[in-house]
Amino acid sequence: MAKVKGDIIIDIEKCKGCELCTDACPQDSLETAKQVNSKGYLYIVKIEDNCTGCTNCALVCPEGAITVYRKVNNQKKEIAKFKNITNDITLTVNE
Amino acid sequence: MKELKLMKGNEALAEAAIRAGCDAYFGYPITPQSEVLEYLSREADKRTGMVVLQAESEVASINMVYGAAGTGKKVMTSSSSPGMSLMQEGISYIACAELPCLLVNVNRGGPGLGTIQPAQGDYFQSVKGGGHGDYRLIVLAPSTVQEMADFVELSFELAFKYRNPVLILTDGALGQMMEKVELKVQKERKFEDLGWTTTGRNNGNGRVITSLHLKPDQMEEINIHLQKKYKTIEENEVRVESKNCEDAEYIITAYGLVARICNKAAELAREKGIKVGVIRPITLFPFPKKEIKELTKNAKGILDVEMNAGQMVEDVRLAVEGKVPVEFHGRMGGIVPSPEEILEKLEEKFIGGVV
Amino acid sequence: MNERRMLDDQHFETMIEEESICTSSNVVYDAPHKALYDTPMHYCPGCGHGVVHRLLAEVFEEMDIIKEVIGVAPVGCSVLAYNYLNIDMSEAAHGRASAVATGIKRVLPDKLVFSYQGDGDLAAIGTGETIHTCNRGENILILFINNGIYGMTGGQMAPTTLPGMKSTTSPFGRNVETMGNPLKITDLVAQLPGTVYVTRQAVHKPVNVRKTKKAIQKAFEYQQNGGKGTCFIEVVSNCPSNWKMTPLDSNKWMEENMLPFYPLGDLKTPSGKEN
Repeated sequence: MAKVKGDIIIDIEKCKGCELCTDACPQDSLETAKQVNSKGYLYIVKIEDNCTGCTNCALVCPEGAITVYRKVNNQKKEIAKFKNITNDITLTVNE
Repeated sequence: MKELKLMKGNEALAEAAIRAGCDAYFGYPITPQSEVLEYLSREADKRTGMVVLQAESEVASINMVYGAAGTGKKVMTSSSSPGMSLMQEGISYIACAELPCLLVNVNRGGPGLGTIQPAQGDYFQSVKGGGHGDYRLIVLAPSTVQEMADFVELSFELAFKYRNPVLILTDGALGQMMEKVELKVQKERKFEDLGWTTTGRNNGNGRVITSLHLKPDQMEEINIHLQKKYKTIEENEVRVESKNCEDAEYIITAYGLVARICNKAAELAREKGIKVGVIRPITLFPFPKKEIKELTKNAKGILDVEMNAGQMVEDVRLAVEGKVPVEFHGRMGGIVPSPEEILEKLEEKFIGGVV
Repeated sequence: MNERRMLDDQHFETMIEEESICTSSNVVYDAPHKALYDTPMHYCPGCGHGVVHRLLAEVFEEMDIIKEVIGVAPVGCSVLAYNYLNIDMSEAAHGRASAVATGIKRVLPDKLVFSYQGDGDLAAIGTGETIHTCNRGENILILFINNGIYGMTGGQMAPTTLPGMKSTTSPFGRNVETMGNPLKITDLVAQLPGTVYVTRQAVHKPVNVRKTKKAIQKAFEYQQNGGKGTCFIEVVSNCPSNWKMTPLDSNKWMEENMLPFYPLGDLKTPSGKEN
């Protein structure tokens, strides 16, 4: 598993669906949606969970519509360990 | 103590600009006004730090004025007829964006490249708009070198009071002739935030100087606002000089240089027993409509004299509303009429030949 | 209480819970909010103007010069730049942005002044002002967006339209014999003693966006440090609408056709200075 984990939020009301970000994304995680926003543009959505937070999409975005997040290490929290599970079990976690 | 000097009109105007605390001049050489640029290039920076820049054209000059005026500084330019024509687009932008500044037109003979001799052919251009759209300049017409100097400070006062460009409309003769002039004391260059200027964003959002209002209702609103302002100017800023009009049978209307010659013609007339008075509009916009109507109500006739084919005469006719006959005498192409000639025309048109 | 159900045919060694990383502490890129209004722009999808506007705003915020800059908008698509850039701005007549910028800079020499102009504005109607502003070495930045066409008026031939390139006024392609050659005005101003930093960049790829931002930053730094002349940045850009292409195709076309004619890179850098 990669140690760097990224994510993006697209302001779909600003997005005009120009697809420059889909082309710039090295992970191919972006795609044009099937829906339109209030201005009638087919906006862009993230379809894969493989974002590295490289910011390429945001850099080429003419609308400044993309915010990029990135976290290195420790972003995964271990809550329980299992060994040799063969049957259905239900785990209850207290938090 | 009075500071009296013998100066050329153009130089007196330039000197007055320095003393009025003018911050910047942007101009381009053209006869017969180049002395303004020359004088300022020589004197301004070393005395007050005033910016003087010879631009690459009148078009560039007026747009430099637009930029600098948007900061709230006291800014001016000067030119002569063909150069003023080139500036008209920029002046229209300045009028719409409501930027205060001083423009000077040392009028020469036209149309076209014309001649470098004095003329008044730019009256229409100056007072009726000149560029595109509905706008007005405040237009001051000096008739002496003293007024060339005095009107500079007055122009800046009016320009900032109304956020409107002010034009000093003079001519090649006044620009070139030398007269005694009393100079005012040096004023300090001051700079304050006027609340609308672009001097770098302060508190709040960025300020914008623009003449672009794409939505028709907005553009109409701007126009209504401008027209209201022009109305206020018409109500408050009329300046006019009248001489011996009280008992006058005939009245001569003339502005600028010609008014002086008409004063002489009126004297000659009175020597001959013809009672003649002279009205000299000092502000061409706002035009002294009421004053002319009032002063001429008992007159038998009005002779309007100009160094053009008859431009201000239209405003004189509108002012008297047909109640007094208005005749016109004009010389063109840079020719200045003589007092005798004017008197002769007055007699010819109203009395029927030389008495 | 969270309940997780595990399927028996799967073999887990470790179960992990993923938290959303979209929190303010994890932001690595966000559009500027202080120098850029939070509003959609009127530009066509894929237009380079939006990127350049954003880069300007980023530089203003990062250099903390929002209160120092005064911009001049041109006539053209970016005539309303002041609706997006939250700084003091003046809107100039067609072609006269650099004269307006000169006027501002001369009376406020301590402020950082720039003009933002398109190819029609800067290299056709405003050629005289451009050349003379650069020749006088006004301490301003001229930011020149070159997309080889008149965008706002609907795709007419521009001074920078490539030979053979179609526009509404060169419907059969630009014939250089009757319509003249494209004007490489950036090469021209680089020859003038008044310019101190002349560069040609683009914003179609992440790497170019970074370089353009760097160039804008440098230009303002030069101006901030007293400025020894005019900084001139050309950004070769696209016009999907008037080139009648998709944004992606327009960038590809730009790369294949515009960039060989208008090669990217520095044309002039200040000598005896860093960088």
